Amino acid sequence: MNDSRKWIILGLFTATGLTFLIKLFMIQVLASEYKIQADINAIKSIKIYPHRGMIYDRNGDLLAYNIPVYDLMVDVKKVKIKDTLAFCNFLNITEGQFQKNMNKAKALARTSRHPVAFLKQISHRDFAKIQDRLIDYPGFYAEPKIVRSYPHKSLANALGYIGEISKKTLERDTTKYYQQGDYIGISGLESSYEQYLRGRRGIKRVYVDARGNEKGQYKNGRYDTASVAGQDLISSIDLKLQQYGELLMRNKRGAIVAIEPSTGEILTMISAPSYDPNLLTGREFSKNYGPLAINKNKPLFNRAIRSKYPPGSTFKTVQALIGQQENVIAPHTVFACNKSLVKCHWHPTADLQRSIQHSCNPYYFNVFRRIIYQNKLVIDDSTTTVTKGSDGKIGFKKWRQHLLSFGLGAKTGVDLNNEKAGNVPSLSFYNKRFGEGKWKFSNIYSLSIGQGELGVTPLQIANYATVIANRGHYYTPHLIKGIGKNKEKLAKYKVKHQVTVAPKHFPLIIEGMQGAVLAGTVAPHAIMPGVEICGKTGTVQNPHGEDNSVFIAFAPKHNPKIAIAVYVENGGFGGVLAAPIANLMIARYLKGKTIRPSTEKIVIEKSLIN
Amino acid sequence: MSKQDSKSGINFDGLTVLLYLALVTIGLFNIFAAVYKPEMHHNFLSFSLGSTKQLAFFGLALVLIIIIMVIDLRAYEAFAFPIYIVMISALVLVLLVGSTINGSKSWFMVGGIGLQPAEFAKFATALALAKFLHAPRSQNLGFFGRVAWFFSEQIFGLSRIGLGIPRRALEKLDTYIIAGIIIAAPAVLIIIQGDAGSAMVFGSFVFVLYREKIIPHWVLLGGFSIAILFFLTLILGVKNLLIGILGLTAIGLLLFRNMRSRLIILLGTILIIGFVFSVNYIVYNVLKKYQRQRIMLLMKPIEEKDKKGQGWNLFQSKVAIGSGGFAGKGYLQGTQTKLGWVPEQSTDFIFCTIGEEHGWLGSFVIISLYLVLLSRIVTIAERQKDTFVRVYGYSVASIIFFHFAVNIGMTIGLFPVVGIPLPLVSKGGSSLWSFSILLFILLKLDAHRKQVLARN
Repeated sequence: MNDSRKWIILGLFTATGLTFLIKLFMIQVLASEYKIQADINAIKSIKIYPHRGMIYDRNGDLLAYNIPVYDLMVDVKKVKIKDTLAFCNFLNITEGQFQKNMNKAKALARTSRHPVAFLKQISHRDFAKIQDRLIDYPGFYAEPKIVRSYPHKSLANALGYIGEISKKTLERDTTKYYQQGDYIGISGLESSYEQYLRGRRGIKRVYVDARGNEKGQYKNGRYDTASVAGQDLISSIDLKLQQYGELLMRNKRGAIVAIEPSTGEILTMISAPSYDPNLLTGREFSKNYGPLAINKNKPLFNRAIRSKYPPGSTFKTVQALIGQQENVIAPHTVFACNKSLVKCHWHPTADLQRSIQHSCNPYYFNVFRRIIYQNKLVIDDSTTTVTKGSDGKIGFKKWRQHLLSFGLGAKTGVDLNNEKAGNVPSLSFYNKRFGEGKWKFSNIYSLSIGQGELGVTPLQIANYATVIANRGHYYTPHLIKGIGKNKEKLAKYKVKHQVTVAPKHFPLIIEGMQGAVLAGTVAPHAIMPGVEICGKTGTVQNPHGEDNSVFIAFAPKHNPKIAIAVYVENGGFGGVLAAPIANLMIARYLKGKTIRPSTEKIVIEKSLIN
Repeated sequence: MSKQDSKSGINFDGLTVLLYLALVTIGLFNIFAAVYKPEMHHNFLSFSLGSTKQLAFFGLALVLIIIIMVIDLRAYEAFAFPIYIVMISALVLVLLVGSTINGSKSWFMVGGIGLQPAEFAKFATALALAKFLHAPRSQNLGFFGRVAWFFSEQIFGLSRIGLGIPRRALEKLDTYIIAGIIIAAPAVLIIIQGDAGSAMVFGSFVFVLYREKIIPHWVLLGGFSIAILFFLTLILGVKNLLIGILGLTAIGLLLFRNMRSRLIILLGTILIIGFVFSVNYIVYNVLKKYQRQRIMLLMKPIEEKDKKGQGWNLFQSKVAIGSGGFAGKGYLQGTQTKLGWVPEQSTDFIFCTIGEEHGWLGSFVIISLYLVLLSRIVTIAERQKDTFVRVYGYSVASIIFFHFAVNIGMTIGLFPVVGIPLPLVSKGGSSLWSFSILLFILLKLDAHRKQVLARN
């Protein structure tokens, strides 16, 4: 009997021990959730954001750099705040703000495994004030980040801006590189060179204790990845010239694009009006973006690459080149200035060179008609299509093909993401509009003088100025001439594009352009003594008021260093406003100074924005 | 460590001494692991550490052991009641002049070291109970015993009153009451101090009373059945449990054909169902919310919202142990215990360090050591011819078992969180000394059992 009691007691002892071993086996060997929770508890992954690449201009002036800021991150599960008011005072926020941010963080934490930001972009100075006492608030910690800053107020449209990645972009990111809360280039160069600028984010894994303090590396950093700094970019932009151009375009709408003909490097890209790029950095963004977006002058709209303008008479240069290439005109070809065809102004009778110099409209009416009908038109001076053995379609197609080779009607491929292709109407466009084969020359003759359906961006205009300067070739225009340590430019910008017009046809046109500047359509005050400028004016009818003023030019005549297109909305006659701006720019670029201060003053003071 | 002296017939139980040393050593290393901070590179002997203090406590424990060995064995029996009364006085005194630590007023601060009289009340109660059960009659009680006996007879003297009840039955009732008072007196005082966990330990004497046939089989087994049924009600829910009970009843009715068995089965079924319903009613309608929560925490997997509140300690304790896996993370490699995720990691939750760093294998070793120690103590108790030593031996086994069961049970979520230490392993001088005294008095008495035989 006693013995049985002994065994019952020993049995209970053993049963208890066995129960423990079974339970321990369940939680230690079979269950995985405790191991996972242990890692969640004790190991924190800290993202190390790399230094974003800086951007310099062609002379080494800084265009974009970084300022360190701190995001106050929160791990909602670990938060223990006893005194909300004290916490709010500590962070210098209101209680309402606290509740709002906390609710937002909680909502985000439900859907995301990654830590969420509680307060974003605390400046270095503000962070220094809270850094030491942050330890008293478990669940909160700081994550160093950067905001972009721009030392100058120039080039905003080309530089673009960075911002927190949007949900949509995050979903589209097939590389799975980005995470919620990351910053990404949203427009301009910041966007198109994002993969070079951003570098690679690093991950540091550290142990944290129950209070949230870091306690050394996880496994001696074996699973850490180092961050790789972003690559610096060297822009082809000449900051001084850019700033000068922006000054000249003050209170005007329009664009200036200047290109170095020998390389395709863009020296200036101005869209006016513009904005201070620092308005769209960091915390400023949310405050400023709205007003900029709804401003009626559209400062966020990069006119240089997105505006589809008719090129006007500057286009006659291209028409003359195509006419020669198509062998429908020769240097000695003369057309009467028949103002019944298209309006024109008074000028001496013109051969090909003088038709450029004096910008004769009827001349180009005829040139274009010959191109379209392959010079097989029987009745010369009629607007009706009486053809014999000719086909307007073939001529039109050839004409369009030539334009495409000049970089018109398609995106140039400049290193900005939101470039527009412009519009060079196709045969099917007219077939659709007027019926298959039913359109006549009278329907399309506006194209002859660069109007009608023709739409080109200022960048494309500058590009054909470059083609003329180069006597028949161009490099795809680009804003970045060097990436990273080796300062290599992208391979596609080193490819020479030959246009479909032979080089031998160019000199005559260039002579005409030089004549236009010296004794043609360009106003005398626009002439810069000592600089050999070749240019062509354009005046484009604008249904919204005063004509648009256009000018293309390059200089010097031999071995040109700069080709430029200036487009001023409502600027009136091309020779009066666009030409002086272009010539001032060229003079500034080549001579480093203003040759005609009086002209400069007039231009700067001219206001076309009411 | 087995010491043999053929002349005096002294024969120490070497296995128990080895188990004792093994557990204390494991304790020292794990206390060091629990307080170790990887970034500090301190060595084992810097005194600021709990482990080094514990080493010093162990040194003092050895001194106590030598003193226990030197004292004449007859003194333990002779002075059982005086020691008990001294300890009861100490428990009263601590209520008056003691210091409060962690909400319980149960500490004497002596030169910067806290002494907990509740720890020493355990061996004193064990001695007193052994003495009483050895000679429940007034003879052989000694002076203090006779005084106590006189008072108890005057107050309770049921056997003198008679009331027509058989004398044997009344004597038995006296035994219950006096044994109950010996056990309950310190427990009540400790509850008043605010240390319910330590007070619960005195409940473990139920095993001693059971072994001495003062408590019949059905009380012990019935008690366990009720406890199991209680937890089953909460785990399975009334509906599922009822289905199970009725199913078992049906099987029972099919197996047993005679009327008497069937009646017992039916009666039992009704009682069980009644119990299940009353448990359900009490838990959901009588208990306060926090009491219910504490019990329910054991039953259900912890929910997200509890991770911060009620169940945090328990949850983190399970995370630490659970993350140890089969073989553990390795000595000093634990993260949960090192980084403060587990509360009281060197004292009450020392098992978390063992579980995390040594995994299931380490837990197996520790649990096995305790089971071997317990069965060894029972064996020692059973081989005594003297009731005094046997009762004392069972008391030692019961106390160690209770600590072992409640402490490990709470760390792995099988028992509500009750703050009592893991014997010989947890940090703390009072606890280590208390268990050393308990164990080595038994070994002293056991070593001289031949002499005891000779004496009788």
